[in-house]
Amino acid sequence: MAEQVHAQGIAGSQIESHHELGFLRRYIFSVDHKTIAKQYLSLSLFMAIVGGFTAYLIRWQLAWPETSVAGWGYVEPDGYNAIVTMHGTIMVFFVAMPMLLGAFGNFLIPLMVGAGDMAFPRLNAFSFWTLFTASMVLLASFFVPGGPAAAGWTSYAPLSDNPLYTGVNWGINLWIIAVALEFASFLMGGVNFLTTALNMRARGMTLWRMPLMVWMEIIAAVVFLLSVGPLVAGAVMLLLDRTIGTGFFAPDRGGDPLLWQHLFWFFGHPEVYVVALPGFGVMMEVMPVFSRKPIFGYRTIVTSVIAAGLLSFIVWAHHMFVSGMDPRLATPFSITTILISVPFAIMVFAMIATLWRGSISLKTPMLFALGGLASFMLGGVTGIFLGSAAVDIYLHGTYFVVAHFHYTLFPTVFFGGFAGLYYWYPKMFGRMMNETLGQIHFVLTFVCFNAVFIPLFLTGLAGNPRRIYETTAYEFLKPVQPLHVIATIATIVLLLGQFPFIANFVVSMFRGARAPQNPWQANTLEWQTDSPPPHGNFRTIPVVFRGPYDYTVPAAAQDWAPQSQSDREIGLAAAGG
Amino acid sequence: MGSSEVSANAGAGTASAGDLQSTGSDRLLRELPIGKIGIWWFLASEIMIFGGLITCYVLMRIAHGGWEAEAAHVKWRLGAANTLVLVTSSLTMILAHYSVERDDRGAVSRYLGITVILGLVFLGIKTFEYWSDLREGFTPLSGMFWSFYYMMTGLHAIHVTAGIVINAVLFVMARRGTLWPRVQQRVEFAGLYWHFVDVVWIFLFPLLYLS
Repeated sequence: MAEQVHAQGIAGSQIESHHELGFLRRYIFSVDHKTIAKQYLSLSLFMAIVGGFTAYLIRWQLAWPETSVAGWGYVEPDGYNAIVTMHGTIMVFFVAMPMLLGAFGNFLIPLMVGAGDMAFPRLNAFSFWTLFTASMVLLASFFVPGGPAAAGWTSYAPLSDNPLYTGVNWGINLWIIAVALEFASFLMGGVNFLTTALNMRARGMTLWRMPLMVWMEIIAAVVFLLSVGPLVAGAVMLLLDRTIGTGFFAPDRGGDPLLWQHLFWFFGHPEVYVVALPGFGVMMEVMPVFSRKPIFGYRTIVTSVIAAGLLSFIVWAHHMFVSGMDPRLATPFSITTILISVPFAIMVFAMIATLWRGSISLKTPMLFALGGLASFMLGGVTGIFLGSAAVDIYLHGTYFVVAHFHYTLFPTVFFGGFAGLYYWYPKMFGRMMNETLGQIHFVLTFVCFNAVFIPLFLTGLAGNPRRIYETTAYEFLKPVQPLHVIATIATIVLLLGQFPFIANFVVSMFRGARAPQNPWQANTLEWQTDSPPPHGNFRTIPVVFRGPYDYTVPAAAQDWAPQSQSDREIGLAAAGG
Repeated sequence: MGSSEVSANAGAGTASAGDLQSTGSDRLLRELPIGKIGIWWFLASEIMIFGGLITCYVLMRIAHGGWEAEAAHVKWRLGAANTLVLVTSSLTMILAHYSVERDDRGAVSRYLGITVILGLVFLGIKTFEYWSDLREGFTPLSGMFWSFYYMMTGLHAIHVTAGIVINAVLFVMARRGTLWPRVQQRVEFAGLYWHFVDVVWIFLFPLLYLS
């Protein structure tokens, strides 16, 4: 009987239109969290194309310096610096955050906790439009005299502090403004995450019954809130240095360039977790569903994430072992850095234990989740190398570091992001994506991603510094040049490998099979309403009877137990009977 | 029996299947007004901004030294007067909140009005102070101490201005009886913000004027 409830599929997509709104109110200045989530998603995917193209330019220059990049032209040394800067800025602030926090957080938190919308819908819309403005400011900086920011995505002083050092004046000013607006946007978005999850949960949805994705989003939002403030102050100081001529970060005027590095990394390191945690959240939602097993150690995971969030505030100086800060600080920061690998190892082991003896089906979302988990482990392990000061002194500023952080961020942002998109696409757009194209996309992405960055670990170990325009100019780097060529070819295939996804994403929206209510037979509340959910999300706000991961419950009539169904409804005897 | 198996199978995610009762802290969270979470979120972000700035100032001053000569020129008497003004305005803000609880609309608008006036007095004294500093040749470019001085007090003054605007709007709303119901909770939120601005000054005054 319970199966019939689920087999009924979609029935009520008409409900969506019961508020007759004009085009502008409905699609542009909408206050519906689902529409805002799609706006974030569109912005993120658009910026990912820009960011991916910068990766192509960087890699081409590194493999075949002084040749014209196919489809672009020569990359000048100054242009190379700008492109590297914009690649980092775009990918972290305008792809990862809008995707994992903006799109998934907005779409999922109200649905997963059983709320009709976010707590502050208008603030939510304002938050998106602030981010949109920030993106436009950043993109505009490509067209100002001097070109865009060229001081690295970390914008280290004094390089960033004086326009003479980079030759870029307005580019860096606009960069500061764009990043500051981005911060404001996610601060406004974060208050919605926390308030909605704390305050607007459906009846029975206790904190310990919230899906892990919701935990990840709110912990990420709080970590962002508590880490970004000092950098906001720092950004104002940098802007004042550049415009009116104060000297906060200028050693010749009594300032201290290291201060910027401290402010940047006090934010920058927690920011890694702001981005990574929702990526893990996606994997942790997907894995139980496609293993038909409860997540292993739900409370342990939540506790670990909170511990990781707290520890993330006292690890930042591991980015600065060779910066000239007091070397006596290296040991304490090495210890905290290696400590923070413990909660992440717990999360990784919990995911592996979830898979153990599960009934695994390798659908596209699951493939991306597994690929993300496997790749992240390499990033995590190399993080322990870099966390110990003695090793870092040799490897700092080499391609080893580049490979390391791409191995932490690519798995969480792109593998996690794609897992989430393939998994929640039916709920977002009411259509199924093509499975074959999805699997092709996965294979190309997984193989090519590793083919890009494993060679870069090796070039880094050979001492290849990052952020240099022309590796062939150095005699000692000649032997590693073939590795750069491999990485570049893999990058090109990796980027071409995204076309199956783009085609799948666009065509499925119109031609895909109609998505039933719960295509993956999952438990969380978003699957217990129509695909896509109507305005207000639920026809009646659900009542929650259980945790989110009750799969393969013994004696139940089916191998999943939706959170909104009581024991009797899933075919068990009455509670307590 | 069935339900105990569910619990065993589901691990920690399910405390007890079919149980709808919220725990005490859970209920407490649900009953928090969303506006209150919002204002505390905002204040937390502000605390991190000012906290970061104050930490920068303290650490730079310890690390580099020699700022005493520059710092000797601040007008500590004006700073002290402003401290008095701002602390008094916090008192009137509390009295406004207290009057909301007593449902005394006249007193609310009166105290909000006094708070606005005290805020304006603070800004007036601050402007006079800036003017005399600049006349004596101490600009934001006169050295690291002055850069920090202008930046920290300037950012604080912007916050005071915002607080004055908020309180003035509430003052008008309180005087118009029709908007009264909306004022009541907002006085509390505006008060939280105003006290925050006051507390920031309590940190700035000794750090900039007395050290």
